[in-house]
Amino acid sequence: MTAGTTDTLSADGPSNRSSAEAASSKTTASSSGPSGGMAWLYVSPLVLVLVPFFIAPIFVVLVASFLEHDGFGGMLPHFTLANYAGVFSADLTWRLYLSTVKFAALTWAGTLVLGFWIAYFLVFHVRNQLLAIGLFLLCTVPFWTSNIIRMISWIPLLGKNGLVNSILLSTGVIHQPLEFLLFSDFAVVVAYVHQLTIFMIVPIFNAMSRIDKRTVEAALDAGASRLEIMRYIVVPLSKNGIALGSIFVLSIVMGDFFVVKVMSGGGSASIVSALFEDIAVLQYPPAAANAVILLIVVVTMIALILRTVDVRKEIAR
Amino acid sequence: MKEKLEASDPTPASKTDASVTNSGVDVSRRTVLKSAAALAGVAGTQAITGFPLIWAQDIKNIELRHVGVSYSVVKAIGDQASKDLGFKVTMQNLDTSAAINRFVTQPNTVDIADVEGWQAKLATKRGVLQGIEVKKIKEFENILPIFTKGEFSGKVVSRQGISPYEAMYISKPDATELHEGVTPWATFLPQVYNADSMGYRPDLIKKEITEWKELINPAYKGKAAILDVPAIGIMDAALCFESAGEIKYGNKGNMTKSEIDFTINRLIELKKQGQFRATWTTFDQSVQLMAAGEVIIQSMWSPAVAAVRVKGMPCIYAPVNLKGGKEGYRGWCNGMALMKHLSGKKLDAAYEYLNWYLSGWQGGFVARYGYYSPVPSTAKKFLTANEWDYWYEGKPATAEILDPYGVPMEKPGAKRDGGSFIERVTNISCWNTLMDEAQYMNKRWNDFKAA
Repeated sequence: MTAGTTDTLSADGPSNRSSAEAASSKTTASSSGPSGGMAWLYVSPLVLVLVPFFIAPIFVVLVASFLEHDGFGGMLPHFTLANYAGVFSADLTWRLYLSTVKFAALTWAGTLVLGFWIAYFLVFHVRNQLLAIGLFLLCTVPFWTSNIIRMISWIPLLGKNGLVNSILLSTGVIHQPLEFLLFSDFAVVVAYVHQLTIFMIVPIFNAMSRIDKRTVEAALDAGASRLEIMRYIVVPLSKNGIALGSIFVLSIVMGDFFVVKVMSGGGSASIVSALFEDIAVLQYPPAAANAVILLIVVVTMIALILRTVDVRKEIAR
Repeated sequence: MKEKLEASDPTPASKTDASVTNSGVDVSRRTVLKSAAALAGVAGTQAITGFPLIWAQDIKNIELRHVGVSYSVVKAIGDQASKDLGFKVTMQNLDTSAAINRFVTQPNTVDIADVEGWQAKLATKRGVLQGIEVKKIKEFENILPIFTKGEFSGKVVSRQGISPYEAMYISKPDATELHEGVTPWATFLPQVYNADSMGYRPDLIKKEITEWKELINPAYKGKAAILDVPAIGIMDAALCFESAGEIKYGNKGNMTKSEIDFTINRLIELKKQGQFRATWTTFDQSVQLMAAGEVIIQSMWSPAVAAVRVKGMPCIYAPVNLKGGKEGYRGWCNGMALMKHLSGKKLDAAYEYLNWYLSGWQGGFVARYGYYSPVPSTAKKFLTANEWDYWYEGKPATAEILDPYGVPMEKPGAKRDGGSFIERVTNISCWNTLMDEAQYMNKRWNDFKAA
């Protein structure tokens, strides 16, 4: 039996002590763990990084979102809820959220389908583990170049006179170039799926490779169909990977604006692109209010996903 | 408002480092550094503007950071300045919004801020600039009166939007409000400007375009694009609707809420009808849209039109001269402002730099990609007669026209669109701006984007 299968065999065994476990052992073993001062000492490196570079900036944004402003970059130290009132009372906000959530959902669906089946193929169909890892690394090759280059390279492909349209025209499938291919919501989703599928593949691959193959064999022996194996074994046991991948994909799409801007040809907007326009003309407090709301929305989304799975257990396993 | 001029320039970026200019000056970085050191001792005799003010050993340690957008703050110009002046000038590029955010929030990281009129107004309000003492600027009297007096050959220059003249003066060096009328203190010193219009494909549009309304002509449905920088995109749109006779604005550059509503609602209508193939934000994107055949007419900048032509695609810069109170170009002007923290020798060096800037080399350089110097008289000295006639006089080229890095751009006989320099600048009908209702306008522009 190979090392890989031994690992999956003993879900709670000592042979699978990943480095990630070290991180979670603090919490899982909190009852018997270090007390008081020692605990703080352990987390101090993280605190030293997070407080100045994460907590403090967010606090500044939070404060700014409650300030009055003079419309020309000046912030006045008067408390106001006007920035929030402005955000909530505008139809624009709802439309922006609708459009961003639409992109997030479509991208999520696309990356999930691709990511799941690619991981499934690598784990269950490629028998040679070395080959599987090799193919897995191959999936990361496109990610050796920058996001922006990967996105922009779609433009000559999808354009009016692009490769796709030229081929379709020359083979006589169409007689007019398809305009929806580029500068459309379609193009935005294509670019997102291309950029983010890897974030789905990695955690699902990780979760699937921990499934004990003997479970599948046992199911087969007991007369389960492929569909039943998928439904009762593979999907439930990959759930944590799917949840982790979903967190990556959704939070990236919700916080992005560049892909929307370029691939929609400026024809669509997202929450962050609107926020960016505010900052461009120094409207800091309304932008800050928008940012705080977005933060709450994304955190809520992630919290909901985390309710469905115990990610901590997954990492510690 | 043009980003990434250099990036999209047909010339490889490396050319900047070893450019062959007409004067045959090699401005490779190494040479500049070397000569900066060598010149330090003899700057007084070598520098164009003379160097009586600063001791040579002091100046070589001075570094001026000139920060602004890439079409205005150009590395080759900074390199030449370093070479001529004996101290180091570093050019740093940011896009328009990142630049103004930096000037306002981190003023001490910038020495010379490259600002447009509206940014000068903003920065002045925020108190991050210091007034430029006009009498220390040698060529000030020769700066075109468009900027210094708000007039040209006796005619008042349009005040729609924030004209450079409007943003130019303050009453005292630390004033935070602009002053109407000439004073001894300037907020910024104009350095480069042009008049923006539309570009179109003459092979696909079989008529001469001289009116903005063609951009919203249903005949070009799905083949038009508009600029997506809210503050100026809305002015291009306003020029279109005014041209089509749909509305008459009080001031396109400072609309009322109802004017903003009308303009955005019309834009949303047009978007829903499929008029716009795309919108664009950078120089690059506008060139790509046109060169890839995605659009055949769009609001566009003069050097972008030239860049499309260099790619072998016919493209014309529409001459939208004023007619019957309509049309006209949207003008813009970038200038240099001194940050408040400058003092002592560094401030002296900054003045030297401003004086060098207007002494002609830069004027000649920017002319070769289609922009103008506020002191054409000095720029002329750095251009050949052929170049001057082509770029400034609008006459047919008698010899090949080269870009600033020595790459051929136009063949003999070619003529610049839009005629002479004077014809262009006297047909400016509005200036890049930041409206009083900027927040509302921005919100409505996002409505257009999200529609």
